[in-house]
Amino acid sequence: MSAALTAADFAALWLTLQLAAVVTLLLLLFGTPLAWWLARTHSRWRGPVAALVALPLVLPPTVLGFYLLLALGPHGPVGAAMQALGLELLPFTFAGLVVASVLYSLPFVVQPLQNAFEAIGPRPLEAAATLRAGPLDRFFSVALPLAKPGLISGAILGFAHTVGEFGVVLMIGGNIPGRTRVASVLVYDHVEAFEYAQAQWLSLLLLGFAFAVLLALYALRPSTRSLAP
Amino acid sequence: MRLFRYFVSACLAVCASVPAHADTIVVAAAADLKFCLDEIVADFERAEPGAKIEVVYGSSGNFSTQIAQDAPFDLFFSADSAYPEKLARAGKVREVTPYAVGRIVLWSATRDARRMTLADLAKPDVRRIAIANPQHAPYGQRAQQALTAAGVWYAVKDKIVYGENIAQTATFAETGNADVGIIALSLARNPALAAKGGYAEIPADLHAPLRQAFALTARGADKPLARRFAAYVQAPAARSVMARYGFALPDGAGSP
Repeated sequence: MSAALTAADFAALWLTLQLAAVVTLLLLLFGTPLAWWLARTHSRWRGPVAALVALPLVLPPTVLGFYLLLALGPHGPVGAAMQALGLELLPFTFAGLVVASVLYSLPFVVQPLQNAFEAIGPRPLEAAATLRAGPLDRFFSVALPLAKPGLISGAILGFAHTVGEFGVVLMIGGNIPGRTRVASVLVYDHVEAFEYAQAQWLSLLLLGFAFAVLLALYALRPSTRSLAP
Repeated sequence: MRLFRYFVSACLAVCASVPAHADTIVVAAAADLKFCLDEIVADFERAEPGAKIEVVYGSSGNFSTQIAQDAPFDLFFSADSAYPEKLARAGKVREVTPYAVGRIVLWSATRDARRMTLADLAKPDVRRIAIANPQHAPYGQRAQQALTAAGVWYAVKDKIVYGENIAQTATFAETGNADVGIIALSLARNPALAAKGGYAEIPADLHAPLRQAFALTARGADKPLARRFAAYVQAPAARSVMARYGFALPDGAGSP
């Protein structure tokens, strides 16, 4: 373990953190209303939407990566639309990784949030309504604070899951240093190139990070029996 | 309890249905051999009924790491002879035999690559170029050497996307996500890609020769089938298949 981490390793770690941060923010932004809707709706679309959200839990990352590569490419529907708008194609870009990771980590943020919203039940909101709180006020002053544990565990899980992502990134990332080469992929590259010392250091960091994340989760939610989102 | 019995019998049924091939070997092969080796294996299995050759395709570097850890492969076809040579020094493989010299080509799904040169890659209308990862993929190393020798590496460096192995690199180009790919000639000649775009060979003197070699692993060396297949690969029938896929025969090796 003589060779320590190089600039390339730090670049990959930094990129990984940036990716996970952006993805977590976006997921909280879009995932919260989605989780709220899923927790409260009686629509017949609730089942299908919930199933769609949960898909990445069971779908192999290669399936998602394959579809994204085709859909976002120049001949795919999304890629063709982006080209028509004069935008850069998403595969092999940071934005592309963000899109892929948002899809891939969606259930890890939405499900804890949905559970938290469901656990609140109708009574606190009805009470707030009798005090003439409007729907938005009820959401921001009552529901969101009560759902704080779900919000925190969703954010932590979404962040951690994005850091741990590998298959989807490998399929649509293109491994570009500083842009799409994240830590998990770099570990793979080091191992293939027999650079075991660097692979060790990087892996050790990721291992420590993963343990710290789970420790934080359990510390934040001492009463929960299971972590399952 | 009845459920348990059903479960057990189901398990037994599944186990029993897995064919127990007495004569099966597993081959790890560099991704550039896909199609070419598939054909050779099909010919071999036709000639020797009952024999089963299972081929796993991937990157030479990855297989090399796995074989160093005693992965259950009997034969290893590497895109770069350096890998099996290193494994041989560690006692993990035996009888490193050169089987071909690999060539790289420019290939595109979206434009005519037949008259394309490396210098064309610097033009602004080429926005993304796929090569295999030079860090561990032999074809990627040769692509980088050729781009450097052609004097365009720094002009194209920021347009490059890196495939995990040469087959993924070809996928990037085939789906149009990369405008041009520097891929193995053997892949450019396979029916799926040949039907789409043409290719231009990159002059062999722009990069170190890509000597490819195979070796019997320690466990494969004791298996007669592995030895028979190793001999078959060097015989004229298999040679002609390789030649058709653009694998130049190595000097003096295996030639009659």
